[in-house]
Amino acid sequence: MLEKIIRGEFGYEDLPPAAIISPSPTSPSYKTGVWRTEKPVIDPAKCVKCLLCWVFCPDMSIKRLEDDSVKIDYDYCKGCGICSEVCPTKAIRMVEEV
Amino acid sequence: MARVAQVRKTAMMGDEAVAYAVKQADVDVVAAYPITPQTIIVERLSEYVADGELNASFIQAESEHSAISICVGASLAGARVFTSTASQGLALMHEILHAASSMRAPMVMAIANRALNSPLNIHCDHSDVMNARDTGWIHLFATDVQEAYDLTLMAFRLGEDRRILLPVSVNLDGFILSHSVEPLEVLPDHEVPEFLPPKDYPYAIDPSRPATYGAMALPDTYMEFRLQLHEALQKVPSVWGEVSRSFEEVSGRRYSMVKSFAVDGSDAVVVALGSTYGTLKHVARRLRDEGLRVGVASLTMYRPFPEDVLARMLGDVKAVVVMDRAYSYGGLGGPLYTDILSTLYRNGVEIPVLNVVYGLGGRDFTVRDAEEVLRMAAEGAERGGFPEKVVWWGVRR
Repeated sequence: MLEKIIRGEFGYEDLPPAAIISPSPTSPSYKTGVWRTEKPVIDPAKCVKCLLCWVFCPDMSIKRLEDDSVKIDYDYCKGCGICSEVCPTKAIRMVEEV
Repeated sequence: MARVAQVRKTAMMGDEAVAYAVKQADVDVVAAYPITPQTIIVERLSEYVADGELNASFIQAESEHSAISICVGASLAGARVFTSTASQGLALMHEILHAASSMRAPMVMAIANRALNSPLNIHCDHSDVMNARDTGWIHLFATDVQEAYDLTLMAFRLGEDRRILLPVSVNLDGFILSHSVEPLEVLPDHEVPEFLPPKDYPYAIDPSRPATYGAMALPDTYMEFRLQLHEALQKVPSVWGEVSRSFEEVSGRRYSMVKSFAVDGSDAVVVALGSTYGTLKHVARRLRDEGLRVGVASLTMYRPFPEDVLARMLGDVKAVVVMDRAYSYGGLGGPLYTDILSTLYRNGVEIPVLNVVYGLGGRDFTVRDAEEVLRMAAEGAERGGFPEKVVWWGVRR
């Protein structure tokens, strides 16, 4: 049902009464990445593994890998651009979504 | 009809009667903050708890906003919950009133109706509850102390019903009912659980079954959740029928959503909320003996609004006077008046309706006033109209 609700295929009686939702949590199934208009793209050649982007990302959408390199989780990245702003080597570019 | 329980005749103030009903309802949590003219209710409840007569958590919060917030949490945890307030206290609760209804947290709140500041006034009017009119609560009005007791018990059963799951307010006129000693019949303790079994809340917080409470709903779902709330209220009249029948079986007293006196065959009807109904009825009885064809009606249930009952009741009369103990400032009149105007209009009843705004800040409405209003109603029916739309009763000009 949750998937149907997310797709907008529901009537008011299909929604959980009083918005009391079980099982919890449900936020992982809400892919907020669709809100994005610009997406961050990393140039690994310029990345110095300082992890500033990982610290500053407000949505925990920068994933830190074993070797301290980083990867973007596009399912939840809303494209705010903070990572790109704080990157000291300009390794993250904001690219328009198509 | 089944047997009526062995009743006990006693006498109590309205506040005491409410507290007694709450004790018999065996609540689990009482969270409140004292305010006149409700104070006696929570004072009595704190005594019941301290004396070991009621096994409940009694929480004195630091404000009404916190008191009602505690009640919401306790209700969602599955507890039977009671609170009580009036006037400024209810105003301070306001944002959480919406949360209580839309989170479907059943609870009962007694409101000893009192005017709002400013100027400061501690006496009766209905401005406090009318501000809470559209919060999604069920609002009941007592016309005497017996009703304050009865409706408190019925409110738990109604609000906790699985088809409803809504908070309920029981309104009793400040001082006029809250502080007046009247005779009443109370049920024996052992009869109460039969009418009011323990609360069985389907969404009770349970760590082994985690859930999100009070989730965020964005534009794509918010309206659907609000319609759920409206639909729950729409189910109240039919459940009320069951609750009142079952209450009649133990008490012998029957409660319809709208009570009335001598409405059938009357030319004019005066409609009022709360204790004023008693005054009007007392005078109407005498005037009818003189041949005046005038009846009286009062809403036991104000929200959900009993539109169908009122449309039927007022469909054959020639004129209506609606008494309001509150006002919509800058609006068309009092809240009950505009509700009844709308009811008549959308049910195709075209009759003159006069709004009498009275008793603000506790100004007495005496039997002499009641006689004048009833005669005015009959005159309106005879002449086919009223000279004014809204009258501020007895105001000095």
